[in-house]
Amino acid sequence: MKNILNFKKSILVISILLLTACETTSSRLLDSSVGKSAVELRSIQGRAFDTKDQNKTLRTIIATLQDLSFVIDKADMELGTVSATKLDSSNQGFGNTGYMLRMTVSARPVGNRTLIRANAQFNITPVVEPKPYQDFFVALEKAMFLTAHQVE
Amino acid sequence: MGRIFKKSIIFISMLSFLLTSCIETIPPEALIFNKDTLANRQLQTRKFETKTEKELLSAAAGVLQDLGFSLDESAPAVGVIVGSKNRDATDSGQVVTAIALAVLFGSNMAIDKHQKIRASLITRPSETGKGHLLRVTFQRIVWNTHGAISKVEPINEALIYQEFFDKLSKSVFLEAQKI
Repeated sequence: MKNILNFKKSILVISILLLTACETTSSRLLDSSVGKSAVELRSIQGRAFDTKDQNKTLRTIIATLQDLSFVIDKADMELGTVSATKLDSSNQGFGNTGYMLRMTVSARPVGNRTLIRANAQFNITPVVEPKPYQDFFVALEKAMFLTAHQVE
Repeated sequence: MGRIFKKSIIFISMLSFLLTSCIETIPPEALIFNKDTLANRQLQTRKFETKTEKELLSAAAGVLQDLGFSLDESAPAVGVIVGSKNRDATDSGQVVTAIALAVLFGSNMAIDKHQKIRASLITRPSETGKGHLLRVTFQRIVWNTHGAISKVEPINEALIYQEFFDKLSKSVFLEAQKI
């Protein structure tokens, strides 16, 4: 009886170890635990705007990010990318130092349109919910004076 | 004994559930314009009667250097300059509190030690077609004596921006005079 109990305990310990080991580098690097396919993510994080002016689009993205309290980290006209970080202390308190939201937005021309793709990470967690991106594109629409079209 | 095994399984499942449900999510207001958006935009933006955007960017880079910032990134095609500097973050009030707590209770309270201050300067042609607009934004990350991040925050004090733009006005003038 004692042997069976020890065996069960060992199985339990091994399975816990295996489970925790599974959640390491591979899944975190590939973000395979977020539960969204590449197509789903592109649909959530991308919108098309009826403009061919990439420079103006990038400048508007930068201005929108600044309005949303981001500080720009990097910008590249050639690649059409902007990265920015928002530090927020509004919920700062005991044990809470505030949050860090990092966002990269890219704009590339496709035909007569510009395809804008955004992706964000909140502290150390990827943002994959649709709502924050909807909010971002609503803000960008206002600044662009253009409608954001859902990407198929 | 089987019951103990079952109980431990239930306990571990509950613990795992609690741990996974603790994953932090983005606050709902994070990517929405708020009541301070317009005020901050006004506070952080000034118009300069410069002939070219490059002239303003160059003057702005000069001010960042005057203030001891190192330039991390520049993309003049979209009017971007980014700089940062590391500075002391000791707060005398915190030091007094830490000493008092150490004397009274023997505790080792962490106090702010150093900080990284970041600045991004963005220029764009004015909508009126004359001159250029420059928007600067600052933020900082503070580390404490235990090596942990104690604060991350935007810097929105009006006086800081006012002083920065005063310096920039002078720099734009010097730049125009090729000094």
